[in-house]
Amino acid sequence: MKTDVKHWFASGTPWIWLNAAAVAASIVMVVGLLLLIAVRGMGHFWPKDVLEFTLADDQRLLGEIHDQEQVTAERLRAAGFSIEGEREWLTRYLVKTGNRDLTGMDFRWLLETEIRDRRAPPEVIAMERREWGNFYGYLEALQRDGQVVAAGAGAWTALQERLAEALALYERIRDIEKDEIGAINAEVERLRLKARRHQLEGTYTPERQRELQARRAELEARYGVLERQLQGLYRELNRDAVVVRTVDGRTATIPLAKVVRVYRPNAMTASDKLRFYFAKLWEFVSEEPREANTEGGIFPAIFGTVMMVILMSVFVTPFGVVAAVYLHEYARQGTLTRLIRIAVNNLAGVPSIVYGMFGLGFFVYFLGGNIDRLFFPEALPSPTLGTPGLLWASLTLALLTLPVVIVATEEGLSRIPRAVREGSLALGATQAETLWRTVLPMASPAIMTGLILAIARAAGEVAPLMLVGVVKLAPSLPVDGNFPYLHLERKFMHLGFHIYDVGFQSPNVEAARPLVYATALLLVLVIVVLNLTAIYIRNRLREKYRALEH
Amino acid sequence: MLREESPSSGFRTTPLGWRLAKDRLARLGVGLGGLGVILAIVLIFVYLLSVVLPLFQPARMAPLSSYALPAGEVGSVLGLALEEQLEIGLRYRGDGTVAFFRPADGSVIGVEQVVPMGMDVSAFAAGEPGSGIAAFGLADGRAVVFQVVFETRYPDGKRVITPRLEYPLGAAPVVVDPAGRPLRRLAVQGDEESTTVAGVVDDALVVGRFVLEESFLGEEPSVEAYHGNFPLQGRAVDHLLLDKEQRWLYAADGTGRLLVLELDEEAQVGLHEERTLLSDGATLTALGFLAGDISLLAGDSRGRIHQWFPVRDAQNRTRLTRVRTFALDGGRNRGAESDPVRLLVPEYHRRGFIAAGEGGRAVLFYATSQRTLASAQVGEHTLVQAALAPRANALLALDAGGRLHFWEIENEHPEISWSALWGKVWYESYLGPDYVWQSTSASNDFEPKFSLMPLTFGTLKAAFYAMLFAIPLGIMGAIYTAYFMAPRMRALVKPGIEIMEALPTVILGFLAGLWLAPLLEANLAGIFALLLLLPPGVLVFAWLWQRLPAHLRQRLPEGWDAALLVPVVLAVGALAWSGGPWLERLFFGGDLPGWLSHELGIDFDQRNALVVGIAMGFAVIPTIFSLAEDAIFSVPRHLRNGSLALGATQWQTLVRVVLLTASPGIFAAVMIGLGRAVGETMIVLMATGNTPVMDFSIFQGMRTLSANIAVEMPESEVGSTHYRILFLAALVLFLFTFLLNTLGEMVRQRLRRRYSNL
Repeated sequence: MKTDVKHWFASGTPWIWLNAAAVAASIVMVVGLLLLIAVRGMGHFWPKDVLEFTLADDQRLLGEIHDQEQVTAERLRAAGFSIEGEREWLTRYLVKTGNRDLTGMDFRWLLETEIRDRRAPPEVIAMERREWGNFYGYLEALQRDGQVVAAGAGAWTALQERLAEALALYERIRDIEKDEIGAINAEVERLRLKARRHQLEGTYTPERQRELQARRAELEARYGVLERQLQGLYRELNRDAVVVRTVDGRTATIPLAKVVRVYRPNAMTASDKLRFYFAKLWEFVSEEPREANTEGGIFPAIFGTVMMVILMSVFVTPFGVVAAVYLHEYARQGTLTRLIRIAVNNLAGVPSIVYGMFGLGFFVYFLGGNIDRLFFPEALPSPTLGTPGLLWASLTLALLTLPVVIVATEEGLSRIPRAVREGSLALGATQAETLWRTVLPMASPAIMTGLILAIARAAGEVAPLMLVGVVKLAPSLPVDGNFPYLHLERKFMHLGFHIYDVGFQSPNVEAARPLVYATALLLVLVIVVLNLTAIYIRNRLREKYRALEH
Repeated sequence: MLREESPSSGFRTTPLGWRLAKDRLARLGVGLGGLGVILAIVLIFVYLLSVVLPLFQPARMAPLSSYALPAGEVGSVLGLALEEQLEIGLRYRGDGTVAFFRPADGSVIGVEQVVPMGMDVSAFAAGEPGSGIAAFGLADGRAVVFQVVFETRYPDGKRVITPRLEYPLGAAPVVVDPAGRPLRRLAVQGDEESTTVAGVVDDALVVGRFVLEESFLGEEPSVEAYHGNFPLQGRAVDHLLLDKEQRWLYAADGTGRLLVLELDEEAQVGLHEERTLLSDGATLTALGFLAGDISLLAGDSRGRIHQWFPVRDAQNRTRLTRVRTFALDGGRNRGAESDPVRLLVPEYHRRGFIAAGEGGRAVLFYATSQRTLASAQVGEHTLVQAALAPRANALLALDAGGRLHFWEIENEHPEISWSALWGKVWYESYLGPDYVWQSTSASNDFEPKFSLMPLTFGTLKAAFYAMLFAIPLGIMGAIYTAYFMAPRMRALVKPGIEIMEALPTVILGFLAGLWLAPLLEANLAGIFALLLLLPPGVLVFAWLWQRLPAHLRQRLPEGWDAALLVPVVLAVGALAWSGGPWLERLFFGGDLPGWLSHELGIDFDQRNALVVGIAMGFAVIPTIFSLAEDAIFSVPRHLRNGSLALGATQWQTLVRVVLLTASPGIFAAVMIGLGRAVGETMIVLMATGNTPVMDFSIFQGMRTLSANIAVEMPESEVGSTHYRILFLAALVLFLFTFLLNTLGEMVRQRLRRRYSNL
């Protein structure tokens, strides 16, 4: 036996097994990480039961179990709990109790020994609100103008109807405020800049002044109409309120204008829950965030990421392809091309934050500042392009992803057999024609691969964007209905930065965490899908050219 | 004619010339595009350098104008000052007046009478330059305290600055010495709440503190006066300084004996300590504060300036300590009795000062970086009075011959020197020289601490722990995947791990900070148990597997061992994880982090190097794995077959032939992986506490260069020293990764050529 082991070690087999273990460990980590994000991210939208806990001191508590963990008795004793008996392990629950406006906190740790009884009463309501987070409690009555209009059993159905009306009103108000009044504001600002420009150029004649004044008066009149309309809508919206009771017997009146959604989680059937799940999922990808990004959706972040990536592609594709074509088709292979290849590889290895610094210093302050002085002097001292924004962010990322496109395109070019080029040249085509009609079409899937990889990289990059244009909450999207429709100078939101910001800068990290997991899941999905597509295209390309060669 | 009828006329032909022109155009465009890539990397480098370079530009002093004072005034100028925009200068004069003038040509704007006519001025003192407070001491033991205020208005968009005098204690003189003796020397400081005047009379120090009491009914505030004194018992006082907190009073005689006196709220004076500032027989010729009034500058008769500041000793009592010494002549003829320091003028906010010796020369110093920045012959005669502008961009100096000299100074970044960036520096209020990064503070005259050492150290520490985790896993995984793994499994595993390279690091950082860090803190023993148990666990399993009957073993196709090991790894992990708390209970009192800090004195941060090592290691593994795998996989087949044919075992072939051949490629993989770890930002930003400490402990956090940029860049003022230092940090990162990548890339290219020869 002993000599057996000795032999076994001498043969080296155990070391092979250890190497295999390294692979196995890597696989476990990769899959585990993806599963972790998937489970936590997907689970967030499923409605959890709201439990009524009766504690050892007869206090009652209402909330969903948000998290739980196993703790040793020693640690708890060290933390100042008195744990009786011989228990070594205790379960500790993190209960989301909501009602932050009433109790000041919305999470509470509960030890299992503190809980005497728990049940799930079907009549419990959970209410998502526009501020103060969730409310958990019992429905008492529905009010209009301070008068009770429904109470008891009928209150629930009445509430549903009224809430639908209130949501529609809210939507209408937001449309007016954001789109119509927003358009007027944009117009007024443009008039101001126009006047300032004329002043600067010394062409601010009295008739021009009158003309601008007239336009402004017209806009103000339109604004007045909208304002009156808004007042009416607000009056209507603020009439309804719902009276609720918390588990410890306090009643509260919550105006329906502040309510986003009401549901009775404990009374839901499986299909109800499924519907709820998809409604929440849709809200997540299509709505704007609420409550300092800890609730609601991430639509502006998705939109910002997509816009940035599209712009970046517009910049990076021509440059990357031209550089690759130069390296592979035009340049004589020698010291210069070797230098360029080393430069390209170095560009790929430069830390992304350095690109951010370069973008901020060169693009934003140097280029942007000079463009402002030349073309937008009327807006100074407030900068137009001399401040971080969408354009500079996409340019910075284009520079960052340039090596990816170059490498992928060059690989594609090198797979095209020489015979194809020589055939084209032999038929009398110039080199440019060969390139344009033969080589580039054949290399297009490779270019596509490079672009997809570049997009995947750009979508996940955060560090440089923090310096050149990403913000935690952008007041408006980079594309809207106001001239010139695409606002390259605006700051934007980004999925990756959203994760960083909500996870680390948010005032209420615990409440925000599930949302961060969901955002992370979305980002991972996007990037994995993009990468898989790139790999698929590349593999197909290889097969195709292998066939060509024989 | 013939051409038109030819069959090719069915095609639209383009003239050949145009086609060739297009071809040339394309060639030109493509060439330019290719060179653009090199241009881009050169541009990045040049731009970073162009932002950083001004840091190392020397300071410059240049004369703007020079003019003679009116003849009667020459001996009577007691002090000078400049206004921030350099539009107004002022002279405090011996007849109790203040004269405002244009510094550019000396033309007088106005004269204000401060001391009522007929009273004798016996002393003058100016407070901290930023406050504008000054006082004339009178021969009857009283003093007039006043404040120079510059009012800036913009009528019709043009700047107009008007000087004005205010009297915080009222225009009438206040009593400093109740006994009415003449004030021979004076020191004054004041703020919104109180003003303190200290003076020397016959054989005593007298102090008057005047506290403004706000009345509730909006009437004129009343002034509460306190008086104190300190008997000098025959000691002379040639230099008297009061700090701006109105707490410490420094009185020194010509030999350098210094009394440090402490004032209390009611102006009572107590002796704190007594020190000798000079040691080798030199005499004290000038004494002044640095900005912030913490450091004392003592100029001696041998042309040296010593910086002293209070340092806490073992008894937690502050003692003045000599920290640095500067020499007027740059230390060339050390200790000569020739060039006494006549004037010491501090900057308003930074730790710089100007010193002047005999003969009209002025030298610009910076204390923190211990630099002699510039030196210039300002006047023909010895300078007797001088003032620096609030932004330290101009100098106004009066020489003994009665000429005023107005100079401009260009001195943007004096804080930076090689030793300030990379060496230990003794900062004010610190116990000793240290590496400190602290770029900003709420206070206005805070001494910025720009040592890049803690950040570089943090960067290398994070990279070290990441590589500790990533190198074994990455390379061993690569070896197995390239050499032993079945092709079908390899086709799954390799892209799988490579996709992880594209995983956004913000997600890894978020998981590390919010999920892994608390998890590790809760079960620290578990993770160490896992690291220790995994290799023996795998070996035990392999041994048992070897013992299995052959027909069972052969069910597993060759090269699928790794798949077999996945459940083993999971099982060992689960065992270690659930066993961790038991280990903690058995050996560490149930709480390993607590045990570490109580029993071993090792501090435990929740976000520490262990977390960063794992998370960043995770980010680096795919890089190393992918490149190393390529290197091993492309080792020519015949080398391996030859070795096997000669009777070597698989393992021997791998170690002695394959790995040896591929070792440059593996080295390149490690270099490029290291480059990635050094520059990684989001993971360290989120998973470390971002405290710039210099401690290599695995349980402590760190702050890296890249995270520091991400944290501080948004709030840094464009063009400031801080801004440029952040760019310097970026440049350091750029060069470091450039070096690693070029090294790795060159090794890889050479290897590729060698393989193609084999």
